[in-house]
Amino acid sequence: MKSKRNTFSSLQRGLHWLMAAMVLAMLFIGVTMVSTLRPGFLTLVAIHKPLGISILVLVVLRLAVRWRYGAPALPDDLPPILAAGAKLSHLALYALLIAMPLIGWGMLSAGGYPVVIFGSVQLPPILPANDQLHAALRTAHTVLAYLFFATILLHIAAALFHGLIRRDGVLQTMTGGQGRAVDRIRSRGAP
Amino acid sequence: MPTDPNPPHGPRPATGGGWSFAVIGGVVLVAAGAFAYAGGWLTPNRLTPARMVAALSNRGGHPAGHRRNHSKGVCFTGVFEANGRGAEYSTAPMLASGRFAVVGRFAIAVGNPAAPDIMGRVQSMAIRIVSPNGEEWRSGMNNSPVFVVSNPKDFYQLTLAQAVDPATGKPNPAAAKHFFATHPASAAFNRWTQTAPWTGSWADQTYNSLNAFRFIDARGEKHTVRWSMEPTATPSPIPKASLATLGPQFLHDDLVRRLSSGPLTWRLVVTLAEPGDPSADATRAWPADRKHVDVGTLVVQRAEDEAAGPCRDINYDPTILPHGIVVSDDPLLPARSAAYARSFDLRTAESAQYPAHPAGGHQ
Repeated sequence: MKSKRNTFSSLQRGLHWLMAAMVLAMLFIGVTMVSTLRPGFLTLVAIHKPLGISILVLVVLRLAVRWRYGAPALPDDLPPILAAGAKLSHLALYALLIAMPLIGWGMLSAGGYPVVIFGSVQLPPILPANDQLHAALRTAHTVLAYLFFATILLHIAAALFHGLIRRDGVLQTMTGGQGRAVDRIRSRGAP
Repeated sequence: MPTDPNPPHGPRPATGGGWSFAVIGGVVLVAAGAFAYAGGWLTPNRLTPARMVAALSNRGGHPAGHRRNHSKGVCFTGVFEANGRGAEYSTAPMLASGRFAVVGRFAIAVGNPAAPDIMGRVQSMAIRIVSPNGEEWRSGMNNSPVFVVSNPKDFYQLTLAQAVDPATGKPNPAAAKHFFATHPASAAFNRWTQTAPWTGSWADQTYNSLNAFRFIDARGEKHTVRWSMEPTATPSPIPKASLATLGPQFLHDDLVRRLSSGPLTWRLVVTLAEPGDPSADATRAWPADRKHVDVGTLVVQRAEDEAAGPCRDINYDPTILPHGIVVSDDPLLPARSAAYARSFDLRTAESAQYPAHPAGGHQ
């Protein structure tokens, strides 16, 4: 779905930057908490679970908004290989946004842990307690977390490539900025 | 492509400036470096759950598939009958008068799951009490009145000192001796190991939370507490020399024998701290005159072998608590939680090496 806008809607931009901060926090909290025995461990775990569930809720909202508003078109002169890479990496990011919280929730369920969000607020298990299922999901949670971080680095590098090197307005679709230069030219000429 | 004299209002030429690439590379490198630092890859001396559990796994035998500490044990099931007296101090659902399902485990504090029971100078009871709304209270308790160390770093050093030398199959006694000579906080624990009578039973022991917790009452007031499971069975001390003649499973055999003639019970007694009592030092007992509240009775009804039993796949993480109970500032609690999780992750991944018995009573 293509939008006629030069930028993402302000709601989309707000969701993107909010979730960017949340996801980066999640990934840093995640790698920190599994590598520490210090008192902060419990605090990090207590943040990790509700934050992950919040991301799951927000990504559903975000997909609905994306479906409603679409996204600005990529520049016409973007080489097809880069356009394909852009599509694929965004697909991967959305898939990971959905999968990571679900795997975390499923992993705690399979591990027989109560899924405590806050105090007595608990989520029901989404999988039966099973050691092998727990092991598989626990591994997946780690491997996909690294993949998620790598994809985010690629995403940041690509955004800066558009903003600093190609200067084609793609970065501004998400920062707001002055919008898509190429589209402006095109829309000037359009009826 | 035409150049626009006023770049913000028109297309700008693509610039392949080296500086821009350097900026992009720099951003990616800094982000990756921060991530690596957070994950501990740049600080190999950090005491991580993985290092702690690796040290625990190096104490003889073949622990793969098993808990990495208190590796030898037996499952039990029963109920906790709360008398309601704990509700004055905590809103935890299982302290309100009622009966709550329990899945627990008796164990000995060894790293080798095949160790003979006589190796278990420290015995333990772990319990999971479940309330009808699904909240859980998990606790791992030992029969020593205090813990051997007060912090994870010392526990790691002690564990290293207990490493089994593959050449002799035994730990180097000089290492433990050196540890205790340099860690005077362990003195109270060592006095207990040297003077407490030996027992041939899990049933006659008192199991202590060791770490402090905080109860939160209905008014939101916090009470610093420790708790103990006090046996109703009469103590039956046995000289260590006699235990040596009993065979490697005497604790298991005694438990099965006792349960065949009826349930075993413990009173759950909560000790309330006075201001100044240490909440962050499990090596120090609180004065004996502190207020004790009997909050209910644990009824142990049935024992099951671990491989077939419902405790096999439970992580008795003592920080899994219902509302109304929270951790204290004791630094051992977060460390226990982190290390237990690591041990659980390892053993569930190794379950092929300790298969759940097909006739198992998984709940």
